[in-house]
Amino acid sequence: MSRLLVCPPDYFSIDYEINPWMRLSNAVDPERARAQWHGLMRALEEETGVFLERMQPVPGLPDMVFTANAGVVVGNRAVPSRFRHPERQREERYFEDWFRDHGYEVALLENGLYFEGAGDLLGFPDAWFGGYRQRSDIRAYARLSEIFGREIIPLELVDGRFYHLDTCFCPFSGGDLLYYPPAFDPYAQAVIEDRIEKPRRFVVPTSEALRFACNAVCVGKHIALPEGCPETMALLEARGYETHPLPLDEFMKAGGSAKCLTLALD
Amino acid sequence: MIQAQETVVLQGHIIDSLILAKVLDTILMMGGTFDLSEMRIGTTRGEPSRAKIIVRASSTALLEEILEAIQPHGASIERESDCVLLPAPANGVLPDMFYATTHLPTQVRLRGRWIEVEGIEMDVAVRVDAGLTAAKAVPMGAVRRGDLIVVGREGIRVLPLQRPKERDVFGFMEAQVSSERPHGHIIVDIARRMRALRDDREAGKEGSDVLLAGGPAIIHAGGREALTWLIESGFIQVLFGGNALAAHDMEAHLFGTSLGYRLSAGRAVPHGHENHLRTINRIRAIGSIEQAVRSGVITEGIMAACVRRGVRIVLAGSIRDDGPLPGVITDTMAAQAAMRAALPGVGLALLVASTLHAVATGNLLPATVPTVCVDVNPAVPTKLADRGSFQAVGLVMDAASFLRELARELGWKA
Repeated sequence: MSRLLVCPPDYFSIDYEINPWMRLSNAVDPERARAQWHGLMRALEEETGVFLERMQPVPGLPDMVFTANAGVVVGNRAVPSRFRHPERQREERYFEDWFRDHGYEVALLENGLYFEGAGDLLGFPDAWFGGYRQRSDIRAYARLSEIFGREIIPLELVDGRFYHLDTCFCPFSGGDLLYYPPAFDPYAQAVIEDRIEKPRRFVVPTSEALRFACNAVCVGKHIALPEGCPETMALLEARGYETHPLPLDEFMKAGGSAKCLTLALD
Repeated sequence: MIQAQETVVLQGHIIDSLILAKVLDTILMMGGTFDLSEMRIGTTRGEPSRAKIIVRASSTALLEEILEAIQPHGASIERESDCVLLPAPANGVLPDMFYATTHLPTQVRLRGRWIEVEGIEMDVAVRVDAGLTAAKAVPMGAVRRGDLIVVGREGIRVLPLQRPKERDVFGFMEAQVSSERPHGHIIVDIARRMRALRDDREAGKEGSDVLLAGGPAIIHAGGREALTWLIESGFIQVLFGGNALAAHDMEAHLFGTSLGYRLSAGRAVPHGHENHLRTINRIRAIGSIEQAVRSGVITEGIMAACVRRGVRIVLAGSIRDDGPLPGVITDTMAAQAAMRAALPGVGLALLVASTLHAVATGNLLPATVPTVCVDVNPAVPTKLADRGSFQAVGLVMDAASFLRELARELGWKA
């Protein structure tokens, strides 16, 4: 059974602005946020059958809810994130502790080598892709590729609204890809086209990309994604996936959605 | 022109991801150039690749811009260190592991700054001043105890030659040594350069002097008039030769012979072998070649033209010399130093019909000076190239034919 690491939104709020989505004036409604988070959890547990590992939220760390950025986990190995922004660097030790306390073998990246976890590193069975330029440093991928012995193809992110790879690039089980090409530079677009054959590549329309249609969680044939993305859902359903649209707009105030709220552990 | 350069390293999955392509494209699009000095490609998909890239730009500012643009794509500046200096242990002795130069433009890193080595030539050492602000090429014999000498290989970089703007024979930068190749276009290119250099000189530009290093075959073969005309017409500013070139030139004037052979008839004249000795003796009696010209004893020929036009002459003696003529430097190290001192300002070198003078001059010249080596024996330009003067254009032809053709190309009517 798949396991996902999640963190309840007890302290989730907009306390700072570190991406174009965040506005201090656009306050989070805590009740709605909690309801939306639980809605996603319910869908994941009940519809997709994953097991959820809940970590303890920490007061004063509003973005800990986005566990996709805790680090990256492969088998028994975990590499915790090194955040670019000081606001999120304070989360690092809690994620690292969680990995250690749960028996993971932890490998640390050197200080200053920015890497924002599964928010920027996403895998297909035969290749991993790493987003860089916005948050993670491309040099981190050379190091991670050593640690995991895997090929990691860096992709340059060029639009600040799509600041993590998981906001514009979503690999699904079975090798399909949902993505938004304008978020990438032309070299990265060419590499994606070269690596993923055309019948498996699905381009999200701009309006839905801006609703973070790509920030979806895929477990087997189930896909949980933000609501309001009918074209994306139609694409996915035509490919045989079962879609679960969910209201997650409170989290969009911080520039995150379904995928950002989870970290795959297996 | 010396360019700014920096070495960067790129590693990871840089091939399939097009990261290497992007970095190289970026360098070119911004107006820089690069050399891939090392490239290791991963043999499996999992294995990373590594590229070492030398980035060059026409200015430090442009280089900085390029580096700033490629660093986010993973190009890391290779950690560089200052060059290592050790004091010379004694006069004329270099520290062990001294850095031996090439004749290419060279820089050394002193306190984090890249400083150009002045007066670069091959097979010498690099001396740095006590204030660590300047570096100069220094021959072994000229080193003084305690001089700071660059040792090892760290903090030293040798810059490749840039292709010249002119699209002529020198642009290929390769020794063309073959008697089978046509000469005409090469001579036309040399003449064009000489004309341009004369214009530059008249405009007061530095580096516009022409050097000719020649052997006595110029006289025997009948190139004397052409060379004299070239000097008189202001196409040559520096003359390197030996005792014989000067002796036979003046013998030709005084006796009409070269090494005893009548130049007009090509026959040996009675007791003609004495003529060059009598010539040398006469000049020795006068005291100097210059005085012989000024006093009207020698009124025409190569030496007379040189004196009249103020050409810088270095006559280096050799073991077989008669006399020698006054002014011939018989201490070889002193002669080498005199030749070296005459080189600043030279923008073209013609090495004609002399193995020793050609190789000696070639060794002293920086690679940035376009060089032509003319000899009827293909072994001479080959030898010059083998000794490192790769920039020399080799021309296998008779000295007189070369000089006459060159002079005619420049307007000589004869």
